[in-house]
Amino acid sequence: MKALRKYLDKIKPKFEEGGKLHAFRSVFDGFETFLFTPRTTSTSGVHIHDSNDSKRTMIIVVMALMPCLLFGMYNAGYQHWLAIGASSFPFWSLMLYGFLAILPTIVVSYVVGLGIEFVVAQWRGEEIQEGFLVTGMLIPLICPIDTPLWMIAVATAFAVIFAKEVFGGTGYNIFNVALVARAFLFFAYPAKMSGDKVFVAHDTILGLGDSAIADGITCATPLGQIATHAGDAAPVVTDLSGSAISTFDAFIGLIPGSFGETSTLCILIGAAILLFTGVANWRVILSVFVGGAAMASLSYALQTPTYPASMINPLDQLLLGGFAFAAVFMATDPVTGARTHTGQYIYGFLIGVLAILIRVYNTGYPEGAMLAILLMNAFAPLIDYCVVQSNIRRRLRRANVKK
Amino acid sequence: MNKSIRIKKGLDLRLVGGIDSGAPRSVYTPKVLAVVPDDFRGFVAKLEVKEGDSVKAGDPVMRDKSHEEVKLTSPVSGRVSAIVRGARRKIERVVIEADGNNEAITFDVKSASNAEGLRSLLAASGLWACLRQRPYDIIPNPDATLRDIFVTGFDSAPLAPELSAGIDAQHARSGAKALTLLTDGNVYICQRASSAINFDGIDRVVAVDVEGPHPAGNVGVQIANVKPVNKDEIVMTLDVVTLARIGQLLATGRVPYSTTVALTGSEVATPQLIDTIIGADLAPMLEGKLSDTPHKRIISGNVLTGWKVEPDGFLRFPYRHITVIPEGDDVADFLGWASLSPKKMSVNRSFPGHFLFRKRFAPDARILGGKRAMIMSGEYDRVFPMDILPEYLLKAIISRNIEQMEQLGIYEVAPEDFALAEYVDSSKLELQKIVEEGLEYLRKELN
Repeated sequence: MKALRKYLDKIKPKFEEGGKLHAFRSVFDGFETFLFTPRTTSTSGVHIHDSNDSKRTMIIVVMALMPCLLFGMYNAGYQHWLAIGASSFPFWSLMLYGFLAILPTIVVSYVVGLGIEFVVAQWRGEEIQEGFLVTGMLIPLICPIDTPLWMIAVATAFAVIFAKEVFGGTGYNIFNVALVARAFLFFAYPAKMSGDKVFVAHDTILGLGDSAIADGITCATPLGQIATHAGDAAPVVTDLSGSAISTFDAFIGLIPGSFGETSTLCILIGAAILLFTGVANWRVILSVFVGGAAMASLSYALQTPTYPASMINPLDQLLLGGFAFAAVFMATDPVTGARTHTGQYIYGFLIGVLAILIRVYNTGYPEGAMLAILLMNAFAPLIDYCVVQSNIRRRLRRANVKK
Repeated sequence: MNKSIRIKKGLDLRLVGGIDSGAPRSVYTPKVLAVVPDDFRGFVAKLEVKEGDSVKAGDPVMRDKSHEEVKLTSPVSGRVSAIVRGARRKIERVVIEADGNNEAITFDVKSASNAEGLRSLLAASGLWACLRQRPYDIIPNPDATLRDIFVTGFDSAPLAPELSAGIDAQHARSGAKALTLLTDGNVYICQRASSAINFDGIDRVVAVDVEGPHPAGNVGVQIANVKPVNKDEIVMTLDVVTLARIGQLLATGRVPYSTTVALTGSEVATPQLIDTIIGADLAPMLEGKLSDTPHKRIISGNVLTGWKVEPDGFLRFPYRHITVIPEGDDVADFLGWASLSPKKMSVNRSFPGHFLFRKRFAPDARILGGKRAMIMSGEYDRVFPMDILPEYLLKAIISRNIEQMEQLGIYEVAPEDFALAEYVDSSKLELQKIVEEGLEYLRKELN
């Protein structure tokens, strides 16, 4: 480590003002502070600081996403094997297939996003910020497995530039960057991004799997099937082999869906990590689920064949689609969410309500979590404003009562 | 039955190098001392002496530009050896060489039996400068009407000494009684029940028992939980040591300049108490008492709000605490953000050290991260026991929005109230500096 430290100290002057490699200062800074905690000592105010910093916070979120990522790999392989009509499911082959299927997406998302961040940091003369570490991992997890790479690149670039950098970078954005990327894909390429093809990997990768999908297989996600359901009977969702998906299946997550969103179990493991370390806010997570459960119960009580999704029982509503993932990893983004305690309850509750509301009563959009969060991102400052005003009024009243 | 309040939010940092009951005690008689006007926020210094003048203890060395009766006085008899000026000829300190004669001014205390007399006695003796007022946390305006007076009886900051141990309870009582002259309200004295001085039977002196972690000892927190400051109200604040000094001045006519300093911190060989004089020079006082670590930071005060002083510096207000910690600018901390070392101190549960409830830590002065925008929400709230939304107040200050600052409670806070928030902040923002500059801006704009 000492040798590395010495080497960094040796090459550092080249990156400073007037050095040959000054154009890469932000890149060097980024790597240096990544490798070694900066030696900057405090110059004003407190003389000691907590060991926690923004790098660690972001890395904890990435760690919390790992169960979803690993499960997503297995599931990607599993769904492909189902689709080609296989009868045996060798674990390591499935994992390897899933790994190879998602790897390019992760690489593209990070290269494009971090590339833009490095350039912007250099241009603004700022330190590189680590917010994209999380975003770059979220984007592959919330996109369908077969999303073309160029679309991932375009969506990531759009989201990083127009949802984040134009507002001032990490900590200043109004909308969740990963969800903006997802929404961009959803609205810009609706033909590619919906339907039943994109959620299951179709190709052979390095000789693994088979490009011939068995005849008559539908690869639609449960919510996709529900949205297109017709008839008075409650919709029965099926997996690729045609057997019904039970509540337990939906909880474990071996069902078609966006790469990392299917397993509620893994999402809950991630939630446990986030809550234990105090990175995510329990108020938001809890109230999203409460709001979702409330709206799902209401729509279930008023079920009608006009809106087939209203015939799903409330528990399944919470387990299917991206709801749980959105509650744990998206709604809890502290920058775009409400920041006051009371505000967080309202914010989370409304996300839950809106997600199910959109899912059930707007048959055009099988999934509502993404739109619900983006919508509430826009309203979060208003919610906080009201909470802050009540604090101000309390202070005024206190002054007036006394006189 | 005393009134009592319980502070729930806050944090007691467990640091190495505290004073325990068996700590040694020594005496240091300084040869060189300094009066530093920066210690007294709101004081704009005008000189009363020239280099080479001889002064007695209690003689004025500086006066305040806007209230000329408010003086800073010499703590010893001796000769003014240097007047050190900084940028734009700002007076940084007046250095006095002690002559060892112990000559002191005796003030006429008979006139202090009414408010006017007490005010001018305190102003002339230099003790007025040790008082503060809310709003702004500056030296109180002698012309202001004070709603109440708040005295904090303990220092809850990390490694801080017990305040009530070294003071004469009788002086504290007579000081409290005298201060009731200055207000039509009450003199609130907030103390730990375990080390409380008895103030029973003095009219308009209200003792309050305070429970809870730091910042329970911050007078601003006590005010907020007892009787918050509203707009257009002025409250005077002080600590119990100053209260006892006032009592002693009234009893003897002489200003007590002696002080007991707690020498603490991980880089102190043996944490100890040192009896000395306020403004004493530190180099000889600390000689042989510190560890061999090459890069050390000497702080006059505690690790949250103290002054960083050079090794040849002086004891700074409030003259009771020195902490020495490693500077840390020579540490190579590989992948520090991923570390699971139990030596790392944090409020975050991802650090194993968080669960070692009996462990004491020896943090250095690094900020341990990079400056960021406010990312995490609710971090400040956890250590901010007032009915104030710290994040929104800070944002109002940064955007210099006076109306919002007022609405969100700027008049109730001092920079020190944000010290813990600054410590826990994962975005490493300089909150105390932001608040201090905000208060100064507000004061300039409104006056």
